[in-house]
Amino acid sequence: MRRWIWWVALAVASVVFLYPFLWLVSASLKPRPEVFDNALLPHHWAPENYASIWSAAPVLTWLVNSVVVALAAAVTVTISSAIVAFGFAYFRFPGRNTLFALVVGTMMLPGAVTMIPTYLIWNELGLAATQVPLWATNLFGSAFYIFLIRQFFLGLPRELFEAARVDGAGYWRLFWRLAVPLCKPALIVSFVFELRASWSDLLRPLIYLRDPALFTMPRGMKAILDQFGQAGESRWEVVLAGAVLTTVPMIVAFFACQRYFVEGVATQGRKG
Amino acid sequence: MRLRRRESLAAYGFLSPWIVGFLVFMAGPMAASFVLSLTDYDVLTSTEFVGGNNYRELLSDSRVRTSMANTLIYTVLHVPLTMAVSLALALVLIRAGRRSAGIFRTIFYVPTVTPKVAVGVLFLLLFNGQVGLVGKVLGFAGVNGPDWTTDGPWIKPGLVLMSLWSLGSTVIIYLAALQNVPRDLYEAAEMDGASPWARFRAVTVPMISGSLFFTLIINTISGVQTFDEVYTAFYGSANQQTYGNDAALFYVVYLFQEAFQFLRMGYASALAWLLFLVIVVITLVQVRLSRRFVYYESE
Repeated sequence: MRRWIWWVALAVASVVFLYPFLWLVSASLKPRPEVFDNALLPHHWAPENYASIWSAAPVLTWLVNSVVVALAAAVTVTISSAIVAFGFAYFRFPGRNTLFALVVGTMMLPGAVTMIPTYLIWNELGLAATQVPLWATNLFGSAFYIFLIRQFFLGLPRELFEAARVDGAGYWRLFWRLAVPLCKPALIVSFVFELRASWSDLLRPLIYLRDPALFTMPRGMKAILDQFGQAGESRWEVVLAGAVLTTVPMIVAFFACQRYFVEGVATQGRKG
Repeated sequence: MRLRRRESLAAYGFLSPWIVGFLVFMAGPMAASFVLSLTDYDVLTSTEFVGGNNYRELLSDSRVRTSMANTLIYTVLHVPLTMAVSLALALVLIRAGRRSAGIFRTIFYVPTVTPKVAVGVLFLLLFNGQVGLVGKVLGFAGVNGPDWTTDGPWIKPGLVLMSLWSLGSTVIIYLAALQNVPRDLYEAAEMDGASPWARFRAVTVPMISGSLFFTLIINTISGVQTFDEVYTAFYGSANQQTYGNDAALFYVVYLFQEAFQFLRMGYASALAWLLFLVIVVITLVQVRLSRRFVYYESE
């Protein structure tokens, strides 16, 4: 039919969604007086902005910190959530539905309510000024991922597990050798979702990290803005280079596992 | 019988990580948070029990009123706009055919992977009243744009517009829902002579009402807890002095300041409980209202 009309509408909307990225990358490559000229391509190229930020702040350390924390958060939450999800999916036991309702219920719990006591726990343990609080709670599973992976387990044919049981396989073997390999897509969705959430987190790094050598990239980005932004030296080209460095790894990760991001969001909606 | 018990034991073995995590990092902290809210704990000196004082103070604290009002105004604008624009985009996407929908869906989703700290920076620059791109575009249209980032009353509308950039997840949720609406429902409606608007009202909206409801709840809960982009743009060690007015004081920002900058952990715990109460009430109201318009196929 008249499909092209919709195409034009989508193309216009796409410009709105993509332009901030183009503007950001372009402005980060402009010399200071031209940063706000809003030209799509810089009149004068200034790649040295990236050299400036390199010498002004330990960005490499921050990027490495972010990668380490995000990987730790994503790996731990995926494994622990899968274990718990298998418990809910395979076994029949008294109290199962009540417990699962509780798991789903915790999805609604705002993080702000438990923020202070959680800080005090880490403080008691002497870990409040380390990166541990940024990922260690993920060792205990997380409601959304438990829900997601359980759905996937429930879709597996039960005869498969019964057959393995008859052959003498233990429960852990059922889980690790049978269920896990079969539900890779759900595990990858959990992994990339948590990777993104952990990478973007600003609140927890603000609460816990004091030593700039431990900063994650978003926390470092905030420090860069405070130093070089409107209240500081007004060197916006440095701020923009920092914003690009904070964003690009996530864009790369997104294009590498696009399918899983989209699949994950769509599943999230379906449970509603 | 023995087998059943063994199975239950194994099940609880698998669940144990979550049970431990729930007790230590959720139930425990919630109870602790309530006890703390009755004290004036500041980590450094000894704790004093003050009963309901924190809650009394909270009622007369003008910054509580300001930050709660800011947060609710933002949420009331952010949620319906996000839902309306997302639905419009999803409806256009589904009409453009499957292959093109894939490309555009990706484009709409990419901004959501941008860390909110970078969104905060982009907001400051794109919405700057003097040199920002948004003002320039408005200028082309002959409109004299406001100082979005410094003029108190315009900060929240500016943040709401900026938030629309990150609505990709909601678009994908709607698109998935729209793809599941049976074609024959539309054909039947068309045969009955229903106009496009009537088809939208009578077929599309009821069939995707579950997703509409889900995004309403999710976007409201996250909207009320907005922190990263606001704190990035308006608060922090150096910036704090330059923004004396509280036009950008969101509730979680205030909570964060009280707890971790002024170390008033007791009072901040009371603030946290007020937030929890507000979220529970809003969610319950939404659930009640949804009973009227959400259509469940299984019923």
